[in-house]
Amino acid sequence: MKSSISIEMVMLLAGLLFVLGIAGVIIRKNIIFMLLSVEVMLNASGLAFVAAGSRWAQPDGQVMFIFILAMAAAEVSIGLALILQIYHQHKSLDIDKLKEMKG
Amino acid sequence: MILVYLIGILMGGGLLALMLGQWNKNLSRWIALCALSTGFIALLFFWIDQYRTINIHLSNPWMIDYRHDWIPLFGISFHLGIDGLSLLLLVLTFFLGILAVLCSWNDVKERVGFYYFNLLWILAGISGVFMAMDLFLFYFFWEMMLIPMYFLIGIWGSENRVYAAYKFFIFTQASGLLMLLAIIGLYFIHGRNTGIYTFNYFELLGTAISPGIAFWLMLGFMIAFVVKLPIVPFHTWLPDAHSEAPTAGSLILAGLLLKTGAYGILRFVLPLFPQAARELAPWAMLFGVIGIIYGAILAYSQTDLKRLVAYTSVSHMGFVILGIFAFNELALQGVVMQLVTHAISTGALFIMAGMLKERLHTRDINHMGGLWTEMPQMGAIAMLFAMASLGLPGLGNFIAEFLILVGAFKANVLLTIIATIGLIFSAIYSLRIVQKVFLGPSERQDPVHDFSFREIMVMAALTLSIVWLGLYPQPVINTVKPMINKLEYIFPIENKNTQKENHQATPLNAHQYRVKKQE
Amino acid sequence: MNNLLWLVPTLPLVSFLILALAGKHVSRVWVAIIGAGSVSLSAIITLIIGISFLSLPPATGNYSQTLWTWMQVGGFNPKITLFLDALSLIFVFVITFIGALIHIYSVGFMADDKDYSRFFACMNLFVFSMLLLVLADNLLLLYLGWEGVGLCSYLLIGFWYENPANGYAARKAFIITRVGDTAMAIGLFVIFYQFGTLVIPDVLAKAPILWHQGAYMATITALLLLAGGVGKSAQLPLQTWLPDAMAGPSPVSALIHAATMVTAGVYLIARMHVIFQLSPIAQMIVAVIGTATLFIAGLSALTQYDIKRVLAYSTISQIGYMFLALGVGAWTAAIFHFVIHAFFKALLFLAAGAVIEALHHEHNMFKMGGLKNKLPVIFWTFLVGSASLAALPLISAGFYSKDQILWYAWASQSGNPLLWFIALLGAFITALYTTRMMILVFWGEAKTAIGHHPGKLMTVPLIILAFFSLFAGFIELPHNFGHFTLFSNLLHQVLPETVLKAGINTELQFQVLASLSTFGGIYLAYIFYYKQPQRIEKLKQSGFAMNLYFFWFSGWGFDKLYNVLIVKPIVFIANINKNDVVDKLYQGITFVTIRLYQSLSFTQSGSLRWYVMGLVIGAIIILSIQIML
Repeated sequence: MKSSISIEMVMLLAGLLFVLGIAGVIIRKNIIFMLLSVEVMLNASGLAFVAAGSRWAQPDGQVMFIFILAMAAAEVSIGLALILQIYHQHKSLDIDKLKEMKG
Repeated sequence: MILVYLIGILMGGGLLALMLGQWNKNLSRWIALCALSTGFIALLFFWIDQYRTINIHLSNPWMIDYRHDWIPLFGISFHLGIDGLSLLLLVLTFFLGILAVLCSWNDVKERVGFYYFNLLWILAGISGVFMAMDLFLFYFFWEMMLIPMYFLIGIWGSENRVYAAYKFFIFTQASGLLMLLAIIGLYFIHGRNTGIYTFNYFELLGTAISPGIAFWLMLGFMIAFVVKLPIVPFHTWLPDAHSEAPTAGSLILAGLLLKTGAYGILRFVLPLFPQAARELAPWAMLFGVIGIIYGAILAYSQTDLKRLVAYTSVSHMGFVILGIFAFNELALQGVVMQLVTHAISTGALFIMAGMLKERLHTRDINHMGGLWTEMPQMGAIAMLFAMASLGLPGLGNFIAEFLILVGAFKANVLLTIIATIGLIFSAIYSLRIVQKVFLGPSERQDPVHDFSFREIMVMAALTLSIVWLGLYPQPVINTVKPMINKLEYIFPIENKNTQKENHQATPLNAHQYRVKKQE
Repeated sequence: MNNLLWLVPTLPLVSFLILALAGKHVSRVWVAIIGAGSVSLSAIITLIIGISFLSLPPATGNYSQTLWTWMQVGGFNPKITLFLDALSLIFVFVITFIGALIHIYSVGFMADDKDYSRFFACMNLFVFSMLLLVLADNLLLLYLGWEGVGLCSYLLIGFWYENPANGYAARKAFIITRVGDTAMAIGLFVIFYQFGTLVIPDVLAKAPILWHQGAYMATITALLLLAGGVGKSAQLPLQTWLPDAMAGPSPVSALIHAATMVTAGVYLIARMHVIFQLSPIAQMIVAVIGTATLFIAGLSALTQYDIKRVLAYSTISQIGYMFLALGVGAWTAAIFHFVIHAFFKALLFLAAGAVIEALHHEHNMFKMGGLKNKLPVIFWTFLVGSASLAALPLISAGFYSKDQILWYAWASQSGNPLLWFIALLGAFITALYTTRMMILVFWGEAKTAIGHHPGKLMTVPLIILAFFSLFAGFIELPHNFGHFTLFSNLLHQVLPETVLKAGINTELQFQVLASLSTFGGIYLAYIFYYKQPQRIEKLKQSGFAMNLYFFWFSGWGFDKLYNVLIVKPIVFIANINKNDVVDKLYQGITFVTIRLYQSLSFTQSGSLRWYVMGLVIGAIIILSIQIML
């Protein structure tokens, strides 16, 4: 079976998704949305792995994707828990209000 | 095995003091005292035992050699060995260690257990430095004496202690890292030459190194030792560390830590890199002389008693470097004497500064004066040690300085004359101490008490030693003689060279030559 | 009996140790007994040794006793060895004998002092060090004694330590003599490298073999040793400490700063005479220094009002005579003058001390006066001392010793009319200031009431010293006048005879001239201070005279000169550099580090988006670099 979609297209999509994710992290003020954007970035890279794996007919791509999935799951659970705690303490999820580190 | 026991007793005693100090503060004091006394007595017996045979085995200076593999993969072994110089400095270490415990008996009231733990571990590190015959092990002990000292200054020091502790730590650590680099460099060069990768001192001796690299490697060692010694311009950590450290800390710093620098030069720099050391000699002597004069002038201007004494150390250590790089028996014997006598005399001055601080709550000599009336005993002892410090004949320091100057005179006449002028400055600052603290009118209202029994014992031990060394220094001289002879043997050409140079420069040695002929 | 020699210095040492360690627990009577007794015992032992030495002289002319080897390093092995020959015997005799008298005097003089035992401890230590100095067989041991007496001098000048001025004087004395000592130490290095030994007899034996007459090294060595002697003996240019040293108690001034320690330089030069003989230049310098000093110090003595300062300057001046004698090769004359000077100057100081104590610690001569009848014993003994100092012809011992020096200054081979003339002028000045002092203190009207009269303990030593000041001169008589040479015969075992110029054979006109100068000085003082005091007042009107007066009074401005040239610059440098300029380098490093971290920590804003932006921009930059290359 011949693939109708070229690898370049998939890579472009992955790149777009990744840039979207980054933009989300940068622009958004709410931590939850930032976390979401990070997830988007993770999946973008996962997509790139899968595409590359199928292009060179190597299982490594899928393996990496499974790793990424597992990590994302862990990250979300911990991240959400942290966000809950932050909300409990500060009654806010605005990242600019939460920053405490200064020089 | 006695060497391992010595370190073991210090480390073990330290741990015991730390643990039992939680329950009973006095207990940790006694543990420290007992550990040190046991070691001291054992060493004394060992010394007396060795002393009988010391002049029979002139060719082999080594008394004990203990070796056990540690990390054989990298050629690292737990290798301890002592010769006369090490033995002497070990005796000094334990002697001053006992005094350090005694003089902080009532002084330290907080975290007593941890204090004595640090004290004993510093001493363990110092003893290790004096015994280690494996360069890696040497570096290990070198660092080991640093960290407890950092705590000692940082926790039990006076007002500006944190600054002083940092400064001390950074200076010695940075210079120590240079030494580590040099050690590793030497390790690889030796390994590449012979195929045997080892840190063993005896095997590294006589490694063939190209002169350029040898000079840099030597500089790596040299900087570590010279910072410790210290030599101008690396001395500025010393006044801060000394003045802020607790009394026992100052005593150990001045009496022992500085000596590790001189020991390192004698043990490693000269034998490992004789050629490079020869090239460095004129500069080293020059810096020594600068140190003598510069330290003395700075000492004169200080108003903080401990700072003042610290700068006198800088001045006295200038003599050490001057003597080492004169490369002849007289000067080297003088250097060893200087190490011992400076430890005693400066140690005594620091102890007295500590006692004064305890009584008057100040170190500023402008706030003292006229204390002789109330403390004639301390005044007399302070006078004695001030006199020792200015090199009064009959006290140990005179022998040391005289031998160094006589020896250095052979190597470099001009520098020696300048160094001798330093003796005038030493008189100026020493008398200033006595005048400002003990003489003059007394403006104090509340009475101060003279020596207590414990303090008398401490000062009596120091006084007896300095007088003994001044009148009959032969045991010390004989003990280090084999080691010095060996060292001098490395530099026979040097000795001849300078003679030749002098021969042309001044008619001095022409006559000397004739004397020898006639004899 | 010679093997008792070690006891001579040991007794004062033991006494010092007892007093220093247990002085608090010993009653005052016992302090006095131990302190004065030990030195007296030393004096007796010295007498015994002296008699046996003179009656049964050792074959070699000397006797030495090794106690132990001090150290042994390479070829350097100084021993603790005592060495007795005629020269050291004379010094030991003077030190112990006069020392004992002064100790006995001190028992009375210091009776009310609270630091009684400290005083005697220091005095004993001094006697010990001084004995070691003159008995040392090698230069290192001599140096030990040399520095030891310096220490004791320091301790005793500053004995009354509550007054900072005393401490200042003490430190000044120590440090200025230390300058000379340092030069001497360098001299020892040179000697050691030249001869391979510091043992004095060996050095003296080897020197003429190694060095030819006028050798460069001999001059250097001699000058370095001379510098040591100049410092200790308060000669030009290191004389400024001695007048200030009078801050100490009078017995101290008598023993240390008149009779013994300040003549250590004379001893050193006499002891090392071979080296000086090898260098005519150095010897010339010794003579010139001596002459210049005796003149300058004499004129300064003329202007002082403090009785002890007069005596101090007079001591400097008299030691100048000894240096002159050494310089012209009149070795025995120098030592002879030392002995006589020790007697009369100790006497004068002790008597002055008694006067000062009687007058409630009044030092100013212009406030004394009229004591002739009130303190007869002091008066007569002081008169004898003054006569000896002024070299009153025929009857005083000082005449015989000083006349000898004057004569040799002209007649010896290296003598010189100019030296002689200045020395003669010096004798005139000596008579002048001595008479001035006598008149001011003992004649005229009483200006201060007498507190208490000196006791027997104080007057008996004075009388004994007065006896010697009168009659000690007869052990050595000029050759046209009895020609009795007991003293020089003894010394010629050690010191060479003075070589005279050819063609001079009569000493008489020199003796007459010397006597005339003495009488001239006495007469002038009599006119100015007794007969017609208005002349002084007239002199005070003239500006030039007053300027000269102040110039002389301040010791010819040496103090000021050294202050400006040496002391001030060093203190200035020390003070501006108090915080150690080298430390600035490291402070600079810390400063730069702190600045750097402050500017970088700016980027750590805590804003997460800035970080992400940073990451992205960094990634883009790296990627683009990768693509471009």
